Amino acid sequence: MDLAQLQRQLVDYKTSLYHEDFLDEQFTQLQELQDENNPDFVVEVVSLFFEDSDRLLNELTKALEQQSVDFKSVDAHVHQLKGSSSSIGAQRVQKVCIAFRNYCEEQNVEGCLKCLQQVRHEYSLVKTKLEFMFQLQQQILSAGGSIPM
Amino acid sequence: MACNCIEPQGPPDDLLMKYQYISDFFIALAYFSIPLELIYFVKKSAVFPYRWVLVQFGAFIVLCGATHLINLWTFTPHTRTVASVMTTAKVLTALVSCVTALMLVHIIPDLLSVKTRELFLKNKAAELDREMGLIRTQEETGRHVRMLTHEIRSTLDRHTILRTTLVELGRTLSLEECALWMPTRTGLELQLSYTLRQQNPVVYTVPIHHPVINQVFSTNHAINISPNCPVARLRPAGKYLPGEVVAVRVPLLHLSNFHINDWPELSTKRYALMVLMLPSDSARQWHIHELELVEAVADQVAVALSHAAILEESMRARNLLMEQNVALDLARREAETAIHARNDFLAVMNHEMRTPMHAIIALSSLLQETELTPEQRLMVETILKSSNLLATLINDVLDLSRLEDGSLQLDLGTFNLYAVFKEVLKLIKPIASVKKLHVSLSLAPDLPEYAIGDEKRLMQTILNVVGNAVKFSKEGSIAITAFVAKPETLRDSRAPEFLPVPSDNHFYLRVQVKDSGCGVSPQDIPNLFTKFAQNQSTATRNSGGSGLGLAICKRFVSLMEGHIWIESEGLGKGCTAIFIVKLGIPERMNEYKLPCMLKMPINHGHTAFPGLKVLVMDENGVSRTVTKELLMHLGCDVTTVGSSDECLRSVSHKHKVVFMDICVPGTDSHRITDRIHEKFAKCNERPLIVALTGNTDKLTKENCMRIGMDGLILKPVSLDKMRSVLSDLLEHRVLFEGI
Repeated sequence: MDLAQLQRQLVDYKTSLYHEDFLDEQFTQLQELQDENNPDFVVEVVSLFFEDSDRLLNELTKALEQQSVDFKSVDAHVHQLKGSSSSIGAQRVQKVCIAFRNYCEEQNVEGCLKCLQQVRHEYSLVKTKLEFMFQLQQQILSAGGSIPM
Repeated sequence: MACNCIEPQGPPDDLLMKYQYISDFFIALAYFSIPLELIYFVKKSAVFPYRWVLVQFGAFIVLCGATHLINLWTFTPHTRTVASVMTTAKVLTALVSCVTALMLVHIIPDLLSVKTRELFLKNKAAELDREMGLIRTQEETGRHVRMLTHEIRSTLDRHTILRTTLVELGRTLSLEECALWMPTRTGLELQLSYTLRQQNPVVYTVPIHHPVINQVFSTNHAINISPNCPVARLRPAGKYLPGEVVAVRVPLLHLSNFHINDWPELSTKRYALMVLMLPSDSARQWHIHELELVEAVADQVAVALSHAAILEESMRARNLLMEQNVALDLARREAETAIHARNDFLAVMNHEMRTPMHAIIALSSLLQETELTPEQRLMVETILKSSNLLATLINDVLDLSRLEDGSLQLDLGTFNLYAVFKEVLKLIKPIASVKKLHVSLSLAPDLPEYAIGDEKRLMQTILNVVGNAVKFSKEGSIAITAFVAKPETLRDSRAPEFLPVPSDNHFYLRVQVKDSGCGVSPQDIPNLFTKFAQNQSTATRNSGGSGLGLAICKRFVSLMEGHIWIESEGLGKGCTAIFIVKLGIPERMNEYKLPCMLKMPINHGHTAFPGLKVLVMDENGVSRTVTKELLMHLGCDVTTVGSSDECLRSVSHKHKVVFMDICVPGTDSHRITDRIHEKFAKCNERPLIVALTGNTDKLTKENCMRIGMDGLILKPVSLDKMRSVLSDLLEHRVLFEGI
């Protein structure tokens, strides 16, 4: 694929991500913050997000597998996840986290487990999509082009 | 010589002598014993005032006795001694008797008057006895009345009151029968309501206009009535004569309605009748004190009954109020639920509407970055601006609901007034030119260039009004004029409630938008500002719109302490929309500050705050990194910490601002704020403490204010927002973002 096509593909892809609610304006903000001084800011932050979320999801799984679930700690983890996802702009994940927190307040284990599954699902989706996007960006950069904002 | 005229002295007759002898002896005995008896009895009785008389009398009797005794010796020839003794005795006796006789003349009237006095005293004593009896009876009556009153007053239940009255009266006065007749609902009859002995099986009424009843009602005394009177025929006719009957009126005081309330008040006083009957086979009569007792009781009963009635009334009113309260409470809760539901709905709809907006905005921005011809660029810019406006409108639909709750506040700021009008013109020109409408703008020369107010909402108002003008005009022209309203013109006869007060810091902006469109008929003018109410003429039916615009404008204008109205001469004659709003006059600012107040274009890498040392505390790694980058982008020198302890350790006087993320549970923002205040209490260069949170509720904001924070920023924070917020913060040293 040539550069222009790649760039167009990237733009389309990004737009679709916005359109499908995977990302919101917060992500745009992140991109704005990236400049010559900090060219890999977005990638760094997103990687940080991935690491953090992986850890949190593991913690959540462990906590919900317990006989007597410690809802306080589950809530704390979900809160963290919500915070991270909103800082990134991962809107869908954030939404599920909100629902998750409600179930935590109600101490509803069923609901929590369901939400956990949903969160995992959304998270893996957004992770895949972001990774693909970064891949495209990398391709464009290595082809000598500039990333269209 | 013997004389024949006198009986010759015969020889002493022995029988006669003997009898004389004996009689004299007994006389003497008696004469001696009488004084002794007298003395004895006088000694016995303590009171006898006439001892001297007694002595005299005694002496007289004794001497008489002595005389007679000595006489015993004179029947037979006696010596001269005896004769002289006799003579002495006689002389003495004569003396004493004369003295006694003289004394008696004085004494006997006295003695007689003693008797009279005694009689008088006896009468007096009898009288006093009678009076005592009367007083005792009265006291007795008084006691009965008090006791009765006490019994009556000890209950507020009217039936008990009346029952008790009858029972106690019956007992006190030993009545055969006692009855109470009450006036009926119509007031034309008396109905037998309570009796002492009978149990009232039959409803028994008597017309009220009976001469006897009238007589009883006309006075407040108890009156004897004939037992044959209709009200007195309470007992079946027996063989005995019925006892005396007395009737008394019981005034039913003003407030006492014994029946249902909706009975109209009578202007005349109403009375009930109490009838009391003495036992039929006794010869008792009604005594005055008994009648008085009955009268007193009647009065007490009246008072007690009205108390009872008042109580009933107030209980009923209270129950009604309680019911109403409950109903109101329910209605209020329902209304609140409805409001919440509506707000939730609006919030959700809001979100749904924003998503496509974002796509539009994002794509338009992207488009802007590409190669465009100038016309295309203009178009894209217009698209962007319109969609931003639309996004604002969407926000304002939510605002409208908040406006109605009264929780909306204006975002005051200094802005360029001329630029606002120009912007409106630019936005409206394309649509107007499509409709071939000519739009003109004339700004008065004395209109200040800069003003303090809510720019966004002012523009929205102007745009709405101008937009309406364009919408409802098929041809012709739209003229927009803006000038400073003078105090005289401010008092418009069309807006009598609007009384603006001009001052030095404010001016009133008056904007008139005149169009040559279809106009509005006079009767529709009041409805124009009502939410969702639409003008039903055929011309407008095609125009669409939800009818919210003017309502929102009106509210904004009111918030800006102004007034908006529409004048039209009728259908087809166009109309003029006029509004006046109050804006602040900014103080003379130097050129340096000005750029910071205006909207700055997005300028990557522009360092607004070179070297500003700040501290960011956020437990969430991702969020921390983002905030750090944001601030670094603005040129700040950022230190980040991940916990409150680290924050307290790292904070120093070199840091100008401390950003704390407080939506993470477990952050003791209060504690940290306090510590920071303490740490820098001595020097006055305390860093500003700002909270970063995603919570948009008032409580969070109030808490932050309360614990001593200097500011609150809502996440998500964009670059522009952070820039403007920081500049505001540094200038005013306080910033609490409006929620």
